[in-house]
Amino acid sequence: MTVQAVDRRPVDSRGLAQEARPGVLRRYPQFTISPAILVALLVAWWFATDVLDTPPYIVPPPQDVLRAALGGLSRSPWDKASYWYHASITVWEAVLGFAIGSALGALLGLVLSHWPILGKSWYPYIVGFQSLPKVALAPLMVVWFGFGLEGKVFISAIIAFFPVLVNMMAGYQAVEPERIELARSCNASELDLLTKIIIPSCLPFLFAGLGVASVLSILGAVVGEFVGASAGLGMLLMQYNQAMEISPMFAVILLLGVIGFLMNYAVGLVERRYCFWAQRANAVARTVWVRP
Amino acid sequence: MKPVRADSLDTSADRGRPLIRAHGLSKTYITDSGGVTALKSLDFEIYDGEFVSVIGQSGCGKSTLLKVLAGLLPYTTGSVELNGKPLRGPTPQAAVVFQSPVLLPWRTLLDNVLLPIEFRKLPMASYRQSAADLLEMVGLSDFTQRYPFELSGGMQQRVALVRALVQDPRLLLMDEPFGALDAMTREQMNLELLRIWSHSRKTVIFITHSIAEAVFLSDRVIAMTARPGTIAEVITIDLPRPRALSSINTERFGRYAAKLRSLLDAQGGMF
Repeated sequence: MTVQAVDRRPVDSRGLAQEARPGVLRRYPQFTISPAILVALLVAWWFATDVLDTPPYIVPPPQDVLRAALGGLSRSPWDKASYWYHASITVWEAVLGFAIGSALGALLGLVLSHWPILGKSWYPYIVGFQSLPKVALAPLMVVWFGFGLEGKVFISAIIAFFPVLVNMMAGYQAVEPERIELARSCNASELDLLTKIIIPSCLPFLFAGLGVASVLSILGAVVGEFVGASAGLGMLLMQYNQAMEISPMFAVILLLGVIGFLMNYAVGLVERRYCFWAQRANAVARTVWVRP
Repeated sequence: MKPVRADSLDTSADRGRPLIRAHGLSKTYITDSGGVTALKSLDFEIYDGEFVSVIGQSGCGKSTLLKVLAGLLPYTTGSVELNGKPLRGPTPQAAVVFQSPVLLPWRTLLDNVLLPIEFRKLPMASYRQSAADLLEMVGLSDFTQRYPFELSGGMQQRVALVRALVQDPRLLLMDEPFGALDAMTREQMNLELLRIWSHSRKTVIFITHSIAEAVFLSDRVIAMTARPGTIAEVITIDLPRPRALSSINTERFGRYAAKLRSLLDAQGGMF
């Protein structure tokens, strides 16, 4: 028996098949499929702990973690035992580190690309410093800055710096030479060339770097808190670890994940505002023809 | 083949003062393995209001010639005069239309068209109206606030043409501007270009590798030799204007096309 494909698309009055509207799963996977994945993960987690009986000091059951999270989050933000208090400190360190590190990365990336002699002469040191494991500098931060904010911001900034620098330099290299010729053929000033052609052309690359940097800046802040801090989620993690309180550790780790997601999302919002043209062009190119 | 002086072939009467006068123009690129001569002792004159095409095989230096005339590339030896003055870098008198539209995706069409005005620090207010008029002339008045990615390739190249015209240059330098378009759109663009040219009477230098396009559009066609690029011959296209697509089928058109083809075939290589 032969199987024949049947076109079941609805037909309009002229007998032409209508373009099917993509289903809700395709249009809003973030509101449909993503929550389903979360539920599946929670069920697997519950299964691993409750049914397979994994010891709670290895993987605590989800309800314990939820209880710990609610306990930490239900306190007032001014209570030093609340997660809000520690999270606000970690977020502030990460945001400052992100802002400083990515601003310097973008600026230096632009300078090193625009003046090739600077770029070429500094390149080996940049590669060398980039290949250093930056977290190895964290203990030094305590020596330099003590237990306060500065050390965490510093390490966070250093970690956020490189992805932005590297992406900015890649973006500069990728500027279409014809755009520069167009500007030159119109006697554009050097400043106009930079601000009206080169920097906007680099934006898609810059935002790719900023997305990475936003997540890494939290890593920097937490590592900074690991080696010495009086507050913050990283410090909280170390305390719970030493007390073998595994459920709250999981709660804090999950909270860090949520914070990272939100920072990345915030970068995405800014990108949509200022880089809509790159995304729109991509979206047009990637339009999927949906078969019913 | 020996370079032939353009004006020595020119049979028509006095054309007035040339807008461009090139003498012994050469361009050598310096590369790691020495120099590559792209253009070798070119002599030609281009008169005000003329439509001149430059045709040749790929790599014959025709794009180099255009960039030299645009002031984007320094030439090695010889001299180029634009409107009686030696050419030194880009000037407001010449505008370039590139192979690709080179529109800035973050700017609306109108803002793309006004970009040269911005770069040249000219009073924006006095050019807004002419930008809108030009966009209307090419049928894009409904799209002034749209972004380039919302447009087809042909529409984008029209915007690029308008962007060149808005500066009201004397000279339009066009580097295979319709090469990336499909054949139908290309014919439409050629007709539109002729219409605009006959209105504005700009001087046009048009780089192409299409024989039909060169004959259809031009007053004269400069055929170039293979590298190093020299002028093989300059052919005056004596076809009546205004030209319609039907003129492509005439016998005279065919004779010009055949003449150009034999000239280019004589350069060897595939064409």
